[in-house]
Amino acid sequence: MISQAMVELSRWQFAATSLYHFIFVPLTLGISWLIFIMELMYVRTGDVLYRDMTKFWGKLFGINFAIGVATGITLEFEFGTNWSNYSHYVGDIFGAPLAIEGLLAFFLESTFIGLFFTGWNRFSKKAHLAITFLTALGSNLSAMWILIANGWMQYPEFAVFSPEKMRMEMVDFFGLVFSPVAQVKFAHTVCAGYVTASMFVIGVSAFMLLKKRHIDFAKRSMTVALAFGFCAMAGSALTGDLSAVGVTNHQPAKLAAMEAEYETQEAPASWSVFAIPNEEKMENTFAIKVPWLLGIIATHSLDKEVIGLRDIVAQNEERIKNGAIAHQLLTKLRQGNNDPSVYEAFKQHENDLGYGLLLVEHAADPLNPTEAEIKTAARNSVPSVWISYFSFRLMLGLLGVAGILVLGTAFFLWYKRDLENRTLFLKCLLWAIPVPFLACEFGWILAELGRQPWAIQGILPTFMATSSLSVVDVALSLICFIAIYTVFLIIEMYLMIKAIKKGPLETSALESAFAGGK
Amino acid sequence: MLFDYTTLQVIWWILIGVLLIGFALTNGMDMAVSALLFPVGKNSAERKVLISTIVPHWDGNQVWLITAGGAIFAAWPEVYAASFSGLYWAMLLVLFAIWLRPLAFDYRNHGETEIWKKRWDIALSVGSLIPMLIFGVAFGNLLQGLPFYADENMRWHYDGYFLSALLPLLNPFALLCGVISVLMLITHGCMWIMLRVDESISLRARKIAVISALLTVVLFVVAGLWSYNFNGYVLNSLAPSGAFNTITGKSVSVVEHGLFLHYVNYPVTVVVPALAGFGMLFAGIFAFKGNAVKGIIASSVGIAFTIITAGAALFPFILPSSKDVNSSLTIWDATSSHFTLQVMLYAVIVFVPLALAYTIWAYYRMWGKASVDTVKEDH
Repeated sequence: MISQAMVELSRWQFAATSLYHFIFVPLTLGISWLIFIMELMYVRTGDVLYRDMTKFWGKLFGINFAIGVATGITLEFEFGTNWSNYSHYVGDIFGAPLAIEGLLAFFLESTFIGLFFTGWNRFSKKAHLAITFLTALGSNLSAMWILIANGWMQYPEFAVFSPEKMRMEMVDFFGLVFSPVAQVKFAHTVCAGYVTASMFVIGVSAFMLLKKRHIDFAKRSMTVALAFGFCAMAGSALTGDLSAVGVTNHQPAKLAAMEAEYETQEAPASWSVFAIPNEEKMENTFAIKVPWLLGIIATHSLDKEVIGLRDIVAQNEERIKNGAIAHQLLTKLRQGNNDPSVYEAFKQHENDLGYGLLLVEHAADPLNPTEAEIKTAARNSVPSVWISYFSFRLMLGLLGVAGILVLGTAFFLWYKRDLENRTLFLKCLLWAIPVPFLACEFGWILAELGRQPWAIQGILPTFMATSSLSVVDVALSLICFIAIYTVFLIIEMYLMIKAIKKGPLETSALESAFAGGK
Repeated sequence: MLFDYTTLQVIWWILIGVLLIGFALTNGMDMAVSALLFPVGKNSAERKVLISTIVPHWDGNQVWLITAGGAIFAAWPEVYAASFSGLYWAMLLVLFAIWLRPLAFDYRNHGETEIWKKRWDIALSVGSLIPMLIFGVAFGNLLQGLPFYADENMRWHYDGYFLSALLPLLNPFALLCGVISVLMLITHGCMWIMLRVDESISLRARKIAVISALLTVVLFVVAGLWSYNFNGYVLNSLAPSGAFNTITGKSVSVVEHGLFLHYVNYPVTVVVPALAGFGMLFAGIFAFKGNAVKGIIASSVGIAFTIITAGAALFPFILPSSKDVNSSLTIWDATSSHFTLQVMLYAVIVFVPLALAYTIWAYYRMWGKASVDTVKEDH
């Protein structure tokens, strides 16, 4: 029997390690391009201030990148160590993008980042620029392949179930790669990373301006980051909108949960600005609503319905009943019943097999569930509204405030050439550094917890995806992860702050002083 | 499709072998150099010289490990599922150790004091030595079979938990394999140091290489004689076609003293372990003569054929189960579908030569002898 506590601990461990990893990823995704732009300016203009910028931001990139690499390997290991039934069940399709990520993206990124840091004296300016470009390309490509893998967990087409092997098998590779869900997710994730990195560079530059040190350096860095960040902000808003439509089409339960939509409203549905959901009774205790807005956001139309959670639960109840039959038939097949009629019958119910597997968690005998057990399973077949609703609003709110207010104001003041004297606003920019990081984390919480109770949407329940480990194993490893990761984070923050306080090594200032002396 | 299923299954057995050998020869080399920091580098400046030769490459080298893991996930999902979850604490120990490496390589430069640098050098050494040892221990256990099994729902289980699962892995034979793994990689790492570091420092590596190479040969022979008595596994038949228990439905029997059955049945294959032994022997001889180029070729041959020796002894098994022999995983039933193997082969054909090309270019461009003086100039 699968222990509930072990499943819970495994989920906490994956959540903790992946959210921790994603503290470092967005900065890597964005700052690698910012550094490339700075170096490009250096190669084109010959202005050494740009070279100083490349080196200084490169140093911060390195501190961040080291811990990103370390914590990234953890996730690859964990699919096997803690989610071995997941690996068995979907490795045939999920493993492919992961392996290609290694072959294509990691090799590129990792080979060239070594040359980026150590090759300043060994390569021509243009060759080094190309190295920087390939490093940035590699890290962004790795995001693409991992999001193709993750996109498939949200929208698991392009594979079929093999009853013989008891697993999913890939049938359409290019479908997987060009899955609309995956591509939008990729675009949204990298744009969010670009915003995060831009606000990081802007915030650190604001710190230098506040301290009245490295003024030219800080202003120039801020200019590059503002331009890049402003475009990225637009991109992340646009791709966020597209993601929402994807969720409406492919994961209606996630959409209903993130909007606290218990009842199916008449089209176009109203959007709740703020609601207090009551999960027990499946209704909102309190809600402030804007007419029409949800219909427009979620469906891009005025006439399509947005289905509510109560209706989804009712639909799922039917699918669970059907799924229990599929599970029964599959068991017969696997026990050696060769009757072709059993196979035929299984094929007819196969689409609901995943729903039948939900009963493994909720029924004493999943093959012969009682009415009450089916009701419990159906009630638990949709994600938590509290978590989805508020993580969505926090993501939107944080990034909205951070991006549009802070970045917008900064852009305006920069355009007016008035930024460096606004002490209070510069302080805001400094303190706003964590905001997009948090927004990214809430984005992932929404994406992953909004898919529950599924590991693979509609196919494999999270409850069934774990390894057959003991509670002791997972509890101890979770403690190790938290302890070691905390120490790493303290060291990383210490080095970041130290490097920022020390500031760039301005050879440009020295060189211009020499030039003036001639 | 281009290849039939059976051919692809064999091709993937070879490809994963190639990835593991690539991992041992590249990442194993920089791990060994890291583990040699203190025996070879007498002070912080010398250790920095040693590190400077691997700093541009270690991250790219580590991708061999990540890619091997990803390829096993994609091509042998059952092996991935059964081994990673079964060897839970061994895998986590490797993980905890290799976390230290990226941090140490970068963070040692961000502090000025000697004690700061020394602490990171220790972290780098320990973080490198542990995986070198554990991967060898893992091979040693693989040869003896692991206590895992599949249930009727194709979930993988493993006997024991935490220490009761971990401690049996540290049996004498497995530890011997661990020591062999460390020594052969140390030899390889010493060759790299001789190639890339000024003689004032690399002389110490040269002395170590002679000893470690010869010890490797001796222990390799000891391990061979010892394991000659181990049980071997023979695949009698696969699950009948149309069967629904594709893995556990096969029939496997245990042959006493049969681990090296292939080598006995096909004497010509003895060339494989012979190349492993002679490779390391010549590595020792070339180290003694001070010929690092020939030495690193010899140690590469030795390492590659040591891995092939173990892999070929098990063929067609990948993971033999000591708990339920029919749950053992072979290349015929642990693999992905025909389609996935085909797609992934295309991916390998396109991307591996590309990655190899720029990796070689990167090594070529960063070549040169490093000494305390050259490293100073770089910064």
